[in-house]
Amino acid sequence: MENQIRCFEDIFSEAFNNEKVVTDTSSDQVDVETSVFNIYKQFEKNASMDPDLPKLSRHTHSKILKNWLKGLHKSYECLDASRTWLVYWILHSLWLLNDLPDAETLSHIVQFLSHCQNEEGGYGGGPGQYSHLGTTYAAINALSIIGTDAAYDSIDRSSLQKFLWTLRDVDGSFALHKGGEQDIRGVYCALSVAKITNTYTDALFDKTAEWLVSCQTYEGGFAGCPGMEAHGGYAFCGIASLALLNKSHLCDVDALLRWCVNRQMRVEGGFQGRTNKLVDGCYSFWQGAAFPIISAILSQDNKEMIETVFFNQGALQEYLLICCQARDGGLIDKPGKLRDIYHTCYALSGLSVAQHGTGAGDPYVVGSPRNEVNRVHPLHNVAPHLVYNAVHYFIRHPPPVKDKN
Amino acid sequence: MSDSGENDAAWTLYKDRPEWRDLKPVPENDGPSPVVVIAHSEKFEDVYNYFRAVLQSNEKSERALQLTKDAVELNPANYTVWQYRRDLLQALGTDLRTELDYVEAVIKHSPKNYQVWHHRRVLVEWLQDPSLELELTGDALLQDPKNYHAWQHRQWVMKTFGLFDKELEFVDNLITEDVRNNSAWNQRYFVMNNHLGWSDLNVQREICYTLEKIKFVKNNESSWNYLRGVCFHDKRGINGNAVVTSFCEELYKNKCRSPYLLAFIIDMCDEAIKKGETNTFHNADRAILLCHDLATKYDKIRSKYWNYVCDKFKKIQKAQNETDNHENNIDN
Repeated sequence: MENQIRCFEDIFSEAFNNEKVVTDTSSDQVDVETSVFNIYKQFEKNASMDPDLPKLSRHTHSKILKNWLKGLHKSYECLDASRTWLVYWILHSLWLLNDLPDAETLSHIVQFLSHCQNEEGGYGGGPGQYSHLGTTYAAINALSIIGTDAAYDSIDRSSLQKFLWTLRDVDGSFALHKGGEQDIRGVYCALSVAKITNTYTDALFDKTAEWLVSCQTYEGGFAGCPGMEAHGGYAFCGIASLALLNKSHLCDVDALLRWCVNRQMRVEGGFQGRTNKLVDGCYSFWQGAAFPIISAILSQDNKEMIETVFFNQGALQEYLLICCQARDGGLIDKPGKLRDIYHTCYALSGLSVAQHGTGAGDPYVVGSPRNEVNRVHPLHNVAPHLVYNAVHYFIRHPPPVKDKN
Repeated sequence: MSDSGENDAAWTLYKDRPEWRDLKPVPENDGPSPVVVIAHSEKFEDVYNYFRAVLQSNEKSERALQLTKDAVELNPANYTVWQYRRDLLQALGTDLRTELDYVEAVIKHSPKNYQVWHHRRVLVEWLQDPSLELELTGDALLQDPKNYHAWQHRQWVMKTFGLFDKELEFVDNLITEDVRNNSAWNQRYFVMNNHLGWSDLNVQREICYTLEKIKFVKNNESSWNYLRGVCFHDKRGINGNAVVTSFCEELYKNKCRSPYLLAFIIDMCDEAIKKGETNTFHNADRAILLCHDLATKYDKIRSKYWNYVCDKFKKIQKAQNETDNHENNIDN
């Protein structure tokens, strides 16, 4: 019952009440709600004529993603230092749509990523760029999706582990690159990569859990660094990292859960990144994926929890399917914004979490059953079996050089 | 997102500059089968061909420093360029004050970029001079009072150099301007937590401040979250403070059904049960009723969560009843 699609009247009844105090925050929110109301109202009309709605435009999205994989417009110059990210976002989106490129294209991707790998370990945003933890995470995830021996063997794990050591600070935190900024993304990317490639050691992440816990704020979410405001992207990094370390009991899970559930917008159905900010399609994953992680943590004490999904899965799917699909393919932040590769990836990843919940129960798919996308591993945002395959390949093939400890 | 300069006709490509003739440009090496190829402008490609050449030969020169400026302008998110620029600044002994001006201009142009703020931070560290930072971040926050990067830089400066003196005033102005600005509330917590401390007096003062703001706008999650954060430092807990409990009951009596108010009363019930201090206002029955109201009326989008919380209280209630029955049986 809780998963039924909402009717327009119900959505409209949730309109923001500014209590006659207009501020920037309230007027921005009212603007978004106004545009979303129009879309949901129009949708209700359309849906009364076509019971198959809302529909995920799989083929349109696949088509544009495959075009992007080949080449990108000049406007993507600002992401010239994130080409490894672009590869992962596109590949993962295609995986979600169950439409991965052919084997030849995949082997081209392996070759390209090898050109982004540096001798001193890790991957840069493009060939000839310094290694960066974000782009390294993206490359390892992309290679896990490809999942061939050639893809796995292209990773130099001995130098990768050395690279991780050079970024570690004594307090257990990680810089994003040599001489670069330090925040919770560094920890998450380092941990995700180290776990998948079997280069993880306890020594490499000594004190890291304590540092992570110091990023949990009075609101319950996690910030990029101690003292800052709780934020969806960083909260995901925080709880996913603690889960990867098996140390989630060190943080206040109830407070995190409270903060996470409150990020779902009562009108839009999607998630905001911070308290009193606007909805954004990408938080469908960053906030959404925190829920299966939290359910898994709570199920350690209470088995029932593994099937408990704490957010409104239907409303999130409504937002993504009705408000966030660009007509010509790709997904968006919110109505009025232009599509881009990042939002396409994380909106589709969020759709997956909304459909599959904790992964333990049956999927709940809004609209046609053909809307169902593939499942993801909430800790890595790669398909569960692809994570498993990579992890086990690297366990069977230990890195040639042992860790310094 | 920089415009690669269709408009500047006066631009001379590096490959046409006599002073660069000695260096062989290095094209991007994507390998035999490139993917995600960005259709760069001629200018972009030219500048980066020379940047790669400089990087590869590890050239430390004034002309290389100038080149990194052009590369940054074309893509301020290129962390390799910024890192190399820092290496150049050190190798050349460049005047860092000029560099501060330069990065300030880039920040004004790209205020939501990790690299520019990090560059600024490294310069301030090198100079050990935070004197311009509060104004710089203040300006950025004037443009966007929720700019995460600006807040993060500001917090770092304040913590590193102990610049807390006027911050509460700064925060108060922002909250007065927009009582829903959660970043400002977070900064208020930061000042209390790192500077003023949670003495009984301060806790009481912050509670009064927050209650005033809640009276003004009741449906504001930021102020309610801050209230919970402050009460956490109250030794008596959230129930022990009569100002808070009577404030909440007064609101409830006056028909306020803000989900944040109801959630707060549920927390009070929870605390009372845990401490074994339940009363007419704070007990499992009331919590269950409030959870039900939230799930079905006032906070429907979160009905699953409220049903989950409700179940927790029902279990407590059941255990309580069983104990009572057991005691009754013994008495009989």
